[in-house]
Amino acid sequence: MTVTAPGQAAADAAAARPGAVQGRGPWQLAWERLRRDPVAVASAVTLVVIAVAAVAAPVVAHAVGHGPDDQYSDIGLTPAGLPVGPSRTFLLGTDNLGRDLLVRILYGARISLLVGVLATLLATVAGVVVGLAAGYLGGVVDVVLARFMDMVLSFPYLLLAIALVSVFGSSLTISMLVIAFFSWAAIGRVVRGQALSIREKEYVEASWSVGSGALRVMFVDILPNLLAPVLVLATLLVPAAIVFEATLSFLGLGVPPPTPTWGGMLSDSLAFYQVAWWFPLFPGLALLATTLAFNLLGDSVRDALDPTAGRVTEGGGG
Amino acid sequence: MTRRAGVSDEVLLRLDGVVKHFPVGHGLFGGRDADAVHAVDGVSLEVHRGETLGLVGETGSGKSTLARCATRLHTLTAGRVVFDGHDISTLSRSELRPYRRQLQMVFQDPYGSLNPHRRVGSIIGDPLAVHGVAAGGPRRRRVQELMELVGLNPEHYNRFPAEFSGGQRQRVGVARALALRPRLIVCDEPVSALDVSIRAQILNLLADLQRELDLTYLFISHDLSVVRQVSDRVAVMYLGKLAEVAPAAELYSRPRHPYVAALLSAVPVADPDLADRRERIILAGDPPSPIHPPAGCRFHPRCPKARPRCLEVEPPLVPRAGDGAAHPTACHFPVEPGENLAREAGSAA
Repeated sequence: MTVTAPGQAAADAAAARPGAVQGRGPWQLAWERLRRDPVAVASAVTLVVIAVAAVAAPVVAHAVGHGPDDQYSDIGLTPAGLPVGPSRTFLLGTDNLGRDLLVRILYGARISLLVGVLATLLATVAGVVVGLAAGYLGGVVDVVLARFMDMVLSFPYLLLAIALVSVFGSSLTISMLVIAFFSWAAIGRVVRGQALSIREKEYVEASWSVGSGALRVMFVDILPNLLAPVLVLATLLVPAAIVFEATLSFLGLGVPPPTPTWGGMLSDSLAFYQVAWWFPLFPGLALLATTLAFNLLGDSVRDALDPTAGRVTEGGGG
Repeated sequence: MTRRAGVSDEVLLRLDGVVKHFPVGHGLFGGRDADAVHAVDGVSLEVHRGETLGLVGETGSGKSTLARCATRLHTLTAGRVVFDGHDISTLSRSELRPYRRQLQMVFQDPYGSLNPHRRVGSIIGDPLAVHGVAAGGPRRRRVQELMELVGLNPEHYNRFPAEFSGGQRQRVGVARALALRPRLIVCDEPVSALDVSIRAQILNLLADLQRELDLTYLFISHDLSVVRQVSDRVAVMYLGKLAEVAPAAELYSRPRHPYVAALLSAVPVADPDLADRRERIILAGDPPSPIHPPAGCRFHPRCPKARPRCLEVEPPLVPRAGDGAAHPTACHFPVEPGENLAREAGSAA
């Protein structure tokens, strides 16, 4: 090489320092793209604010002096027994039982996030294990597992959820398990498809040729190549799980009252939306903001991991 | 004949009637009546310690399948693979593990054969980890020694495959194959995916390593000139069978099988005067389907010398009488010195 470009010179200088050569892997590159994506940053900030608010719910309750289940039948309801609107005492108004809507929304966020994240984690682990086993082992195992996943995906899930909850009773754990049960197959199917194609790659053959065992091939060679699509799917699964939980609560199948949930509040507000606009509006907005932020973040993660597909996040970038 | 120093008579790898069929489609009841691709159909071959045996054939002749049978990445349909006196043809993956230390493979595609999500240091260290040879600091040092041995910068230990060029990636593949100090390396078209300018570097690297580490190569390629450059002996495959096996110089100067003669006549010659004088043997048609290979000699539909006997009796791979070289050739009517196949092909057409 006779001509050295400035960038090359910098690279050479970096190479000259022992130990300074550190490859930037696909994950680091994706992380850097994600950090430069304004939508991703805005979504992440929104989610952090919601999470902090959920964690800090007791602090807020203490500050305003209203517990989540405290009923203020005197100051929290009009003489006719209707909810009162936003005021200095009740910042977002009250519900039909004279409870502070703000405090209940914050406590509701705890349920939503808890169920959303835990159910997604459960579903992701189950989906990855089952999908990997089906795609990698193939044969009869694959036929059985793949058909089972198809079956789960084709269930009329709401009907089955109603049946399950009426058999086992409604609780936080049951809600989570029901949501996870209807979510894992979506991840399992994608993982299976990827594992099927990666299994045939030459680097898997190379791994056999050095003497690797089945578990090593599955978890060292195949799994890292699956993490990107799994991460994207899982991020998009969280808002779906949150909405699922809200749906169950809305139908009275979720976490039983008086525990505040967004779906439950929306359900309670049905009879009052004409006289108390704040009652459905604020829980609805909380649900919308959370799911929207998760969905946008999921899209950004997908774009960051696979910059060749989908929308362009940097204006005019070549 | 003259033999290169370091080549011995000892047989390191013996293939004995190796057959590999791939079923296509499925029969109604478990695929018993299904067709199969006859990728490798009865190949017997010996690789001597210290030599480079070149295996040539056109695309679809089964040479890569044979390589994967030899390293037992495939299970054999029939036949035996004997490595250093041990029959490894029916061993399971875990039983094969001790043999993997001595029998390694370099793959064709320098892009597909390296996991894009792993750092090259960890890829090269894989064999050491799997076999529990070294861990932690010693493994890292050993990997960096290997990187230096194959001409890579050891400081690039933490880089990802995407940060290397094709030639460098192939060096990573070679380093991985060398990690366990194997005795035999099966090279499956190691340079065919590389730029011509990079090929010589990798071929020289392989030759240097052979001398330094006392390696034996089974070198597979579809490129006749590459094989000539590296091989002590050459075996030519056609449609799942061996056509001819001979010392390299003899095969290139005095081929006996009409197919080999035709192949060699198609190799470009650098001297334009010589190229003008030379007559090319043009083969008619395409290779037949390996699902329904022709009866008798598999080359007969395209052979300018084909006679009725070739349609019925399959010629065994044995040394042939006649005026030509006496190396094993699978042909009833081998090419004699001075014979002009090009004219016969022309008159037949």
